Formats: sequence, structure tokens, C-alpha cells
Amino acid sequence: MDLVLTIILDGLIYASWLFIVALGLTLVFGVLRILNFAHGGIYALGSYAAVIVTPFFAGFGLPDWFSIVSMFIAAMAVAIVLAPLIERGLLRFFYGRDEVLILLITYSVFLMLEDATKLIFGVNPYYLFEPRNVLGNVEIGSLYYVGYDLALGGLAVICGAGVWFGLRRTRIGKVTLAVIAEPEVAQAMGVNIARIYLLAFGVGVFLAALGGAFTAPLISVQPGNSVSVIIVSFAVVIIGGLGSIPGAAVGALIVGLARSFAVYEFPEAEIFIIYLVMVAVLIFRPEGLFTPVKARKI
Amino acid sequence: MFDVRKRGGIAALLAGAALAFGGAAQAQETFKVGIVTFLSGQAAQSFGVPAWDGGKVLIEAFNNGTAPAPYDKKGFGGMEIVPVVIDEAGGATVQVQEYRNLVQRENVDVVVGYVSSGDCLAIAPVAEELKKFTILYDCGTPRIFEDASYEYVFRTAAHATQDNVGLARYLKAKGVEVSTYAGINQDYAWGHDSWADFTAAMKQVYPEATVSAELFPAFGAGQYGTEISALLQARPDLIHSSLWGGDNQALILQGLPRGLFQRSQVVFSAGDHAMPPLGANYPEGVIVGARGAYGYMAPDTELNRWWTKLYMDAYNVIPVQAPYRMAQALTGLKLAVEKAMEANGGKKPTSEELAAAMKNFSWESPAGLIEMTNGGGHQAIQPIAFGRSMKNDAGEVVLGDIVRFPARCVNPPADMKGIDWINAGFPGAQCD
Repeated sequence: MDLVLTIILDGLIYASWLFIVALGLTLVFGVLRILNFAHGGIYALGSYAAVIVTPFFAGFGLPDWFSIVSMFIAAMAVAIVLAPLIERGLLRFFYGRDEVLILLITYSVFLMLEDATKLIFGVNPYYLFEPRNVLGNVEIGSLYYVGYDLALGGLAVICGAGVWFGLRRTRIGKVTLAVIAEPEVAQAMGVNIARIYLLAFGVGVFLAALGGAFTAPLISVQPGNSVSVIIVSFAVVIIGGLGSIPGAAVGALIVGLARSFAVYEFPEAEIFIIYLVMVAVLIFRPEGLFTPVKARKI
Repeated sequence: MFDVRKRGGIAALLAGAALAFGGAAQAQETFKVGIVTFLSGQAAQSFGVPAWDGGKVLIEAFNNGTAPAPYDKKGFGGMEIVPVVIDEAGGATVQVQEYRNLVQRENVDVVVGYVSSGDCLAIAPVAEELKKFTILYDCGTPRIFEDASYEYVFRTAAHATQDNVGLARYLKAKGVEVSTYAGINQDYAWGHDSWADFTAAMKQVYPEATVSAELFPAFGAGQYGTEISALLQARPDLIHSSLWGGDNQALILQGLPRGLFQRSQVVFSAGDHAMPPLGANYPEGVIVGARGAYGYMAPDTELNRWWTKLYMDAYNVIPVQAPYRMAQALTGLKLAVEKAMEANGGKKPTSEELAAAMKNFSWESPAGLIEMTNGGGHQAIQPIAFGRSMKNDAGEVVLGDIVRFPARCVNPPADMKGIDWINAGFPGAQCD
């Protein structure tokens, strides 16, 4: 029983982290039809922003819990700077072009972000210790968990619910859904499509940076952290269905739990199992679990 | 720079002058060293950049003639050393192309490089094809000279067999009780080979001990929560890990608050490089290897004191395994060049002359004696040391409880493969 609980708990923690990152990826695809490879680079920049911004605020003598708030501020700062730069400065010139071409363009942005990160921050590691101490440790079964890690689950729920609520229950969200369904008609009705695209891309960038910021206390922040996360995130959104928020949630859960199970029962298949699940889903549902055939859904 | 190789008549005059005035002519000549190491990617921070940092200050000291004897002659035998540095990132195919560029376009005199075992395996046959003297300074795979033989290729650091044989011997020497042990190693050749060597060595040193968990997370995984839970559940006496770089640091950062380092004795076979960046946050009580007698575990010699000061004055951090390995390659190369020049009348040596000088050579490096005894005189053996992380009086986490093992105690004899030697029970090992 203890083992089952541990597998589920570890799977949920991993899935939470994955979902936060994959949510932005699927949102951007759903609205802009862009498979954003640069997401990984933005994630890495979110980590760097967190290790710069959090000590900056701590320097004013603010309480330890504010380090959590400062990670949101760091992610917001990345989104405010990068979203207009990438979307308005580059991507808008390629809307409507072949998706493969746009994938290559976002890949080039990813490489540029990698090099820019190295130029700005160098190759030496940065650390962020404070946020992970804020929530203490929790004893579950025979193991200790760090409260911060468990809280990632709460953050994932807030992010998912926030995006869902924003799209389904606000005016701007409904306008966004209209743009997704019929951009030309929406434009004819007076919708500023460029603004909607920028907003959606900005939220995607914010979520990528937020994932990076909240990962910073768990790792040494250094070049090269962006590659593995983008590959696993792609697996998640492909399983769930590109552009589907519930799909990203279910995809993250499946990957998280499958990986956790493999670590305990088939450790040699820890990496393989993620892609095994992906292949199995694609055989039976080539469009992913939550994407209706030929429909654009978010 | 006046290049005598391109001016035949004048070169003859200068060659005559060289005979008359000793090293005067060499002072006009340069010696181009192609240096290949990771300047980007995940291995840059832990290995590539510190290695080149070490190489840079050492070459500068050689060129200025400020190194202690026997390294006190300026440059290489009077020739100014000119490094040409290349990034090792990109994989073996890219590196083969870069190697050809170094040799055929840059016209380097020698190549010193390669952290990745995959790159070493790809480069060695190309070096042989181009007949260019090449030093592999860091990569660990025993396969280079166990599966092939080369005329122009040398490795100036011991291969990975010693890392885990030495570790098992350290555990025994320190009386660490091990009934069960687990491993967490990266899912690529380095992780699997390290674990295979360690389990084989443990079968010899702790024949009763059993494996309770074997984990192979992806290289660069970053998230180790599940693996940490699995290790905590397994409750082994000992956890072995060859994780390096960011992976090693992430495991520490995530495992420390969860009690991983309290519940089991953790050993990092190549983890010394994580200590300086983590500083006081490094856990105490961890048994740490460095792939040699490096850093905190280096011998207290005049040469090592000079080298450590040189590096720390430049970078304000203690040198770890990567700069030491670059230093032992460059010190060996310098002495080999000068030995070859003695043999050829003071001319810049050819690759063939350098290979003859380096074969079966031995020299004192900052980390101790390097002996090219294996692989037909092309593969080094060297002493190795291990220690335990602990706080010093200043509150810094350093390595204490250090044990050094002689080269012949932890390396196979010249005529045996590493894994066969371990499985046979270390025949011929000389540990006293």
C-alpha cells in the first residue's frame, strides 16, 4: 500500500511540473497554430530570471514566503520582454505559412535563446535555495516529502483552472475562442486579431517561464536545462492532443504516473515508457486523446 | 609571427643559427596546439570550461617561463605555445570534421582534447589516418586501447576502471559496512559502464553484499523526486552514483531535504566538481571521488602547490578534476616535445618523433606520477584518491578522511582489460 501511494504521489508531482510547462505549449498551438520549440528556451530563461529576481527582493528584507511571489514576478518579467519580441518581431510575419517552416523558425529562436542565455549568464551554475524551504517537509507513509514539491500540484491546478476560466468565462477568452474558430470572421467583426495572438502567446511564454522559475530551486541553473523539458512536453501534448487543455492535463498525468511506475517496477524502461505510451496513443488516436478530428479546440 | 617553415633559404640560415645559439631560433617559432573541450552544453560548466581555464593559465605560465622545474623552459622547448580552442559540443560527426579542420586547415602541431568517450572513439582512427599526434586528455572509456591500438594517439589520464575499483577499496579501507547497495546512474554509456565496474568490484571486495535498486534516469533529467523516493524505499546501506554536472547537483538539492544522505551512505564516484559551486550547501558525509588525486585530495608537492595557487589566483576557486586532467596532458606534452627536440637536434618535432617520445613516458604532474604503461605505452595509469565531505574550522565543506591508492592498485596490468581484471579478483594489484 505504501508503495502504491508513493508511486501515485511521485507521479502526481512529476505530472504537475510537466503540466505547467505543457499548458503554455498547447495554448500557443491552439490559438496560433504554432508548435513553439522556443518554449524550452523560455523555460530556461524563467529559471535564470528566478535566480536573479528572488534574491533581489530578498535584499529588501522581505519575508521568506515572498520568494514564491518573486518567482511569479520573474516569470511575468520574462513574458513582458520576450512575448512582444518574438511574436511581434518575428512570428507574425509567418502566420499562415507551412507549420513545418514555423517549427524551424521557433527552433532557431530556441538556439538563439540558448546562446543569448550563455552570453548573459555564462556557463557557471546559479542556485536558488530559499523557496524550497518555505513550506517545510511533510511525512507521508515512511517517506519525507518537501512541501514545496507537493505545492507544485496546487500551482498546476491554479494554472490549468486559470487558463480554462480565462478562455471560457471572460469576454476576452470568448473572443479568443472566436478567433480560434474563424479568424477571418472575427476580424470582420472588429476583433483585433494581432492583439489576441500577442495575448495568447504572452500567456504561453508566462507559463513556460513560470515552469522554469518554479524548477529553479530544484536544480542547478545552467545551460542545457531546456532540451529535455521540451521533448517531454511535446510527448505530453501529443498524447493529450495538440491544442487541448484537458488533453495536456491528462497527458501529463499519464506520463507522470507511467514514469513513476517504471522507476519502481521497470527502472531500465524509465525513459522508454514515456514514448511507449505516446506511440500506443498515436496508434489508436493519431490526433491525440482530446482532439476531435479536423476540429480546433482549446 | 615569422614562420621559418615557409622560407626555405632563410630557414636554413636560422637552422644554422639555432645550432649555434641553442634555443634562440625556437624563440622565433610557434607550436600550435589544437585544444578541444566543451565550451557549451551541459558538460561545459563542470568539465570543459574549467579544463580550458586551467589550460589557459598553464600555457601562459609556460610561455612566460614562470613554471617550476622541470617545466621552467619557456613555451615548448623555447617555442611559443599558440592554442587554437574548439568547442567539443555537437557530437562525434561534428567533432571529426572539426578535427580535420584543426589538422588540415589550422595546421596545428598536436591536438589535445575530448571529454566525451564517444568523441574519443570517433577521433582516434581519424588521428591515425591523418598521422597527427593526439592526446585524449579526459574521456573515460577503457575501449580506446583495449579494443584497438594506435600509433599517434595517447591518453594521459587513466581510464574509468580505477574510479570504481578505487571506490570499493576505499569503502573496505574505511570499514564501511555494506550489506545492500543501490545505484543511480545516467542512462548512457558512462552511467552503465560505471555501474557495471562498481558492481563487479563490489563482488570482489564485498562478496556478500546484494543490489537493492538500479536506477538509470535520463541524462539531463533534472527531476529526481521519483528516484529519490525509490532509493528511500529501498533503504540500501550504500548508494552509488556516477552522476555529474547539473544532474549530480540536482540530485543533491532534491535529495538533501528528503533525508537521502542521512538514510544511506552516498558515494559519488566522480562528484568533486560539484563541491565548489554548492559550497556550504554540499551535504556532509558523502564519499567523493575525482577520477584521480585531484583538488582537495592532490598530493602536497611543490608542483601542486604552485599549480593550485596559479589556478586560484586566476579564478578564486580550487581546481577540480577537469583542470587537473588538462594540466597533466599539457605537462606531459611539454616534456615530450622537449625530449623529442633533444633527440632531433633542437628542431620542432614531427608527430612521429612526438609519439616516440611519449610512448612509455612518465612524468610528475600536479596530481602525481603519470605513467604511460598500458595500451602499448599509449595509455596512462595514475594514483587515485577518495575522501569524505566534511566541514572544516572555517565552516567550509571540504574533503577529509582521504585515502590515496597507488596507480598499480587500482589499474589493470598492461596485458589485461579492466573488467576482466576486476572479475579475476585484481591479479597483480600492488596496493602497498
